[in-house]
Amino acid sequence: MSVLRFERVTYRYPHAPEPALRDISLDISAGAFVVAAGLSASGKSTFLRAACGLVPHFHGGEFTGRVTTGGMDTRAHGPGALAAVAGTLFQDPETQVVLSSVRAELSLPLENRGFSPGAVARGVEEAALALGIGELLDRPTHELSGGELQRVGLGAALVGRPRLVLLDEPTSQLDPVAGDELVWLLRRLNEEWGMAIVLVEHRLERCLSAADRVLAFEDGALACDASPRGFLEWAAERAPALATPGARLFARAGLRPPPSGVKEARATLRAHGLLDPRGDKQLGDRIPSAEPAPAQRRRLRRAAREGPAPALAFHGVWHERSGGRAVLRGVDLSIAPGERVALMGRNGAGKSTLLRHAKGLMKPTRGRVERGGRVALLLQNPNDYFLADRVGDEVGEEALEQAGLSAVADRHPRDLSGGERQRLALAIVCGGEHGPLAALCLDEPTRGMDRAAKGDLTSDLRGVAAAGSAILVATHDPEFAALAADRVVLISGGRVIADGPTGELLTGGWYFSTETARIVDGALLAEDGAEVLRARMSTEVRP
Amino acid sequence: MSETRRASPLHAARAPVAAAYACALLTAALSFEHPLALFAVAVAIVGAGVLAGAGRSLARAALFGVPFAVMIALVNPLVAREGLNVVLRLGEIGPLGQLDVTRESLVFGAILGLRALLVVLAGGALLAATVNADELLRRFRRISVRSALTAALAVRLVPVLGRDARRLADARRCRADASERPGAAERLQIVRAVVTGAMDRALDVAATLEVRGYAMPAAAGRGRWPRQPWSRHDIAFGASAVALLVLAGGAHLLGIATFHAYPRTVAPVGAGEWLLAVALVVVALLPFADRRGIVP
Repeated sequence: MSVLRFERVTYRYPHAPEPALRDISLDISAGAFVVAAGLSASGKSTFLRAACGLVPHFHGGEFTGRVTTGGMDTRAHGPGALAAVAGTLFQDPETQVVLSSVRAELSLPLENRGFSPGAVARGVEEAALALGIGELLDRPTHELSGGELQRVGLGAALVGRPRLVLLDEPTSQLDPVAGDELVWLLRRLNEEWGMAIVLVEHRLERCLSAADRVLAFEDGALACDASPRGFLEWAAERAPALATPGARLFARAGLRPPPSGVKEARATLRAHGLLDPRGDKQLGDRIPSAEPAPAQRRRLRRAAREGPAPALAFHGVWHERSGGRAVLRGVDLSIAPGERVALMGRNGAGKSTLLRHAKGLMKPTRGRVERGGRVALLLQNPNDYFLADRVGDEVGEEALEQAGLSAVADRHPRDLSGGERQRLALAIVCGGEHGPLAALCLDEPTRGMDRAAKGDLTSDLRGVAAAGSAILVATHDPEFAALAADRVVLISGGRVIADGPTGELLTGGWYFSTETARIVDGALLAEDGAEVLRARMSTEVRP
Repeated sequence: MSETRRASPLHAARAPVAAAYACALLTAALSFEHPLALFAVAVAIVGAGVLAGAGRSLARAALFGVPFAVMIALVNPLVAREGLNVVLRLGEIGPLGQLDVTRESLVFGAILGLRALLVVLAGGALLAATVNADELLRRFRRISVRSALTAALAVRLVPVLGRDARRLADARRCRADASERPGAAERLQIVRAVVTGAMDRALDVAATLEVRGYAMPAAAGRGRWPRQPWSRHDIAFGASAVALLVLAGGAHLLGIATFHAYPRTVAPVGAGEWLLAVALVVVALLPFADRRGIVP
């Protein structure tokens, strides 16, 4: 039975020169788990908005064709009526929560459908338990973090047990642990309750193994509609930027079929006799501790005295909220000029607070921050930096040229593409004409970015580091950390719990680990993993 | 500023009753000019805030309200041309002409300032800190879905735009060309950016309300929810609100606490005025005496 049907749907936003959706026809049956993939601005979000009725009822524009959601024609039924069959969650968690307490927020969709008070109370409790937000129920929504808001928004989308759930990057604000848990919760709801799930996601390695089917969008058109394996085969030929690290690893090693997840990849390697026989090695063997051995500590102290001054250093930094908890607890961290460091950890671990201390937006309640010169900080949303109506008025000509934005100097900053906006924001905070930077800090710069944009950002950061500035980037994305950093610092509960080279710290773990590392022990990126596999094939596999 | 659930009789009352109580105090503040009656209303508002555990919210609101009140108190003597007792002759001052500050205009300015402060405290701080906006909106929705939708959007946008403003201010401090101490022009740029983004934010929140089914006919929920029995606190604060309105209206009808600002200040203080002042305080604060069943 179909829960979502698109019949030759073409849609153009008001005043837009090109259609956002082009001649889309597809049918999603009850109980399917579908992932929608594509580069930025390829039409994925518009597809979801058409499925929940916001297109065309809310956004206007030109709409042709027919969308049927839960048996209701979206031309005849608005988003309110469709909410009874489709739960929806969009990208920005700030605007996904509309009432002032979590309990009221979860009650709202049920009350709107005329449920009795008993049914509302039961539905709220069950949704809260399923998502692990029971302790948030009586909290005011304005006190919640981005990750908590996202889970509450998801609860509001699921609370009415809709037949179809439409989710636009629900893991973008979540750490790897919470992200994985969310995908498995969706799989459980899908398997046990038969909810059809349509999930838009950039980090495909996170969710492809749970999916039954993948839709890939290109310029508003449906370019591929296949099983995860079929999609990966298509992506290897037509859209390499969409291939997962596991699929790239297999392609480079000359193995087939491309794996949709770690389990499938390891099974294939096991069948070929290519799995590392020491795969059950203890995690503690690989993860470096934050506490160096006494001899090493003495050596580090001597090196710190004799070596070059750090670009950025935290000396026993505490941040204790007045009347609240300690967010940072005696952080000691030193970053050398030109070093690229990824700061990782769960939501609320203290990463953003540490970056704010680095820039001087916050003052430590104990300890001190040593800066080797000017420190720049790029916060999460590049749009927040734009104050002028013209790109050329935001930064000087030289900085604009260095950022490769001279050609768009006369455009409005908000009219730029996502990658261009980020480069402009970087130019604004770096301010080349103000002298060299000691350190550049970035807070979750890859949120909502596709792989191509992440690659561009990585190149930019390498360029900045090569010029002698230290890079400190807080990220939830192990794949990006593996590309952009040569050292990883893991932070938990305001303390540094592990600190070491990227190759050591992002391998051998379950969560803070790249997909390649979870498939091939000891390898960080697809290229390294393929080399290891080729070496094993030449020595271990008999023709 | 938003409601934080506390163990107080006022928080234990249902939202429409708590809102009616705060509005009754606001009406009382607006209906009197007599200093003794206004002082009694001030005691009632501050007392209600403290007894409801919202003293800090009132203090924060006073930080904004007091400068506003002082400005009114200072401007009135400069613009009023009435009063018989001149206390200061400022002579010919530009477009304002001959300027004489009178005792009557000073007194009336102080009364207007106090009244403005009480409006901020009762209508802003007490209402926001003690009334559950979600419950109020839910009940309001039964009467008018569209108006409630607009109100819900406005209520939600306040903290969203507040966070936007803090984020934008942080981003401004991160700019390479940021000055240590932002001037008026830079602050104005942030306000402009928040206002520009407000429409986008409003659209996003409105879209979320739509997909949650807020505007559905069923959302009005008429007849679906059983009537909740009136609690002792509902009855007490409801009665207090009615009594405050009766006292305000009755005093006007009976000519108690009359006040004339000009040409000479006339504010008789007799038994009627004292009785009215005591009654206003007692009627407003009596519901707080019953503390049974107040834990949320």
